Amino acid sequence: MSNQVQIPELDGTSLARYLWRQLTSMRTALILLLLLGVAAIPGSLFPQRTQNPMQVSDYFKNSPQQAEWLDRFWLFDVYGSPWFSAVYILLFISLIGCVLPRTIEHLKNARALPPATPKNLSRMEHFQQWGANGSELENAREWFKKNRFRVLESSDSISAEKGFARETGNLFFHLALILVLIGISFSSLFGMRGEAILNIGERFVNNVTSYDSLTYGKLYSESNLPDFILTADKFVAKYNVVTGAPEDYTLDVSLKQGEQGQVEKKTMKVNSPLTIGDTRIYLQANGYSPVVTVVDSKLNVAFQGPVPFLPQDSQLRSIGAIKAPDADPAVGFVGSFLPTYARDGEEGGISVYPEALDPRLLLAAWVGDLGLDSGTPQSVYRIDTSKMQQVGLKALKPGESFAYAGGVITFEGYVQWVNISFVTDPGKKFALLGAIVAIIGLLASLFTRRRRIWIRVGHNVEVAGLAKNAAPGLEEELSQFIQRVKGDK
Amino acid sequence: MSRSWAVISNYSIYSATAVFALSFLVHAIETAWAVKVPAAGKSVLDYARNGRAARIATALMILGFLLLLVGVVARGISASRAPWGNMYEFSITGALAFSGAYLAALRKYDLRWLGLLVSFSVLLTLGTAITVLYVPSAPLLPALKSEWLIIHVSTAIISGGVFLLSNVIATAYLVLDRIESKGERNEWAKRLPSLEVLDQLSYRLVAFVFPLWTFSVVSGAIWAESAWGRYWGWDPKETWAFITWVAYAAYLHARVTIGWRGRRAAWLCLFAGSTFLFNYVYINIWGTGKHTYSGL
Repeated sequence: MSNQVQIPELDGTSLARYLWRQLTSMRTALILLLLLGVAAIPGSLFPQRTQNPMQVSDYFKNSPQQAEWLDRFWLFDVYGSPWFSAVYILLFISLIGCVLPRTIEHLKNARALPPATPKNLSRMEHFQQWGANGSELENAREWFKKNRFRVLESSDSISAEKGFARETGNLFFHLALILVLIGISFSSLFGMRGEAILNIGERFVNNVTSYDSLTYGKLYSESNLPDFILTADKFVAKYNVVTGAPEDYTLDVSLKQGEQGQVEKKTMKVNSPLTIGDTRIYLQANGYSPVVTVVDSKLNVAFQGPVPFLPQDSQLRSIGAIKAPDADPAVGFVGSFLPTYARDGEEGGISVYPEALDPRLLLAAWVGDLGLDSGTPQSVYRIDTSKMQQVGLKALKPGESFAYAGGVITFEGYVQWVNISFVTDPGKKFALLGAIVAIIGLLASLFTRRRRIWIRVGHNVEVAGLAKNAAPGLEEELSQFIQRVKGDK
Repeated sequence: MSRSWAVISNYSIYSATAVFALSFLVHAIETAWAVKVPAAGKSVLDYARNGRAARIATALMILGFLLLLVGVVARGISASRAPWGNMYEFSITGALAFSGAYLAALRKYDLRWLGLLVSFSVLLTLGTAITVLYVPSAPLLPALKSEWLIIHVSTAIISGGVFLLSNVIATAYLVLDRIESKGERNEWAKRLPSLEVLDQLSYRLVAFVFPLWTFSVVSGAIWAESAWGRYWGWDPKETWAFITWVAYAAYLHARVTIGWRGRRAAWLCLFAGSTFLFNYVYINIWGTGKHTYSGL
């Protein structure tokens, strides 16, 4: 390898050729590879929109100026950012530019015979000679055949070579990586991913409006949504009695596919999703929905039903918001749900166990403009109280009511909710296939040694060998070979 | 029943720690002897005495390894699952894999000079595990209940053990290289293998374990697909596993294709290994994301 920099002529084609050669050089590939590793780091240091949108918006709230600057460099979307994409696209172009010519070369050589035995074997490594007795060439031929060497014979010599699998494996490894990348891009074009929170007892009808969030690839069409209805029948969470750590979640569902489909009973667990064609359905998270009824000053039922609350700690202390914009006066409740209530000197009401053994609903009632008509999207778990007035605080047991200035809210009880993910990932089988081929190729390329062995029989028997990349083990192999050639068993 | 297994596990781990401490001590004495002898005016090293010390040190290491094995297995029985559910368990299994890798390599190469470093690292790991990371034996979180736990975590731990071993050897390379660049090796350093052997050895360990690490990452992706609904999500732990993979891939390319040897290769090897360590220590304890099972 020469380190001299050749100055290109400045016409278009040769400049392009020069740039191409630079891009596909091993040195550039190595730099790009290291760069890819470095480029991946910031994504683990800053919260990412795709994983943790809440943390990102918190970042914007806490240090808006810094967040704005970080956002300018896509530091909240590292893995979709132009600079990250640039690195891996360049790397893959460089990889293709390197691997394709080598593949063609390798295919051409697939049937090629080893080069002829060198004239002067005594100059080669591992040279040995001894007096001939006649049967050596025959013995050698047999040994080469048994050990599956490729051979080129002449009247007095054999040149043998083995270890093509090294380059074959190497090429398969790199081509398989391209397959993995194709699988990933295929999924991002044709895939979809949606989330929905479902109270136990509720039905999920698979259409766009049922999802709490839904993202899909550029080439995915909504009409591809498989036709099914999923009903959450029963959810059981088992906890460790001592630590409160979860031990098992089981969700029983009824699934009805298509118009005429039969209702099937299925069980979902964290590690065993449901599969419908290309779509898989996962049990992700769970929590409690207090069931409340709000009756306003005109005795109208302004709100009734379960409201999902968001768990805040491992004992499932959950927070949420109950909004009744149509009540007279309009009212909102900022609430905490405590499945097993206890009092703590510093924090006030806490939960000491994740199961609902002694549940409480703590409420702060706010009257005024909920801001739902302003057009800015709002979290369903929070209330913008800037144009509201607090009119009371209360802790409720199931069945109890709280009369605030303007109405009555009743804590009827609670149901559990589950968060379900729906994922269509048509590229993942390619990615998996690519990964498997890559590992096999890697094994072949790292554990195959490429080497040549020569033997010439004249007055004397001459033997020599050559190992590429100074791979070890040739000496041992040669001594076996010589033993066999000499006719020793 | 499960409680008594947990107690057996704890006692075995304590005893293993004590035995590794002894092994470390004997290794230290052995090394000290090798340095002291020439100062006493003799021109040759007293191999007879050294040999005995080395044998005792290695025997203690084997004993420690077996005790650790009992400790890890008993821990698994007490919780009726593979003992890889939290950071304490990762650490004791990691120490087991590391000392196992050393003992296995010892059968083929004369690595006794490494014993001091190995016994020290194991001692440090076990000490941290017992004092800082210990959590009582308990069943697994729902997301960890899968056959992939055994496949994914065991391959990750074995890869980690071998990566660390190759890092230790690369460090030894750099230290000796420094000594040699200033002149001749001192007496104790003369007992160590040549730079060339160290260079080859650290490379061969990486080349041996890189496919296993690849497999570990892929099996993690398969598991993530069934537990979390995506096979790759740039979770911090996944990101750093990827970085480690890329760094070692770069190391292998630098050696095989470009022909890096010696100092540069050793530094690259250290860099790659440190990304693994960072992932293990930092992301497990302070990181966020779906892989936080440390129980701390």
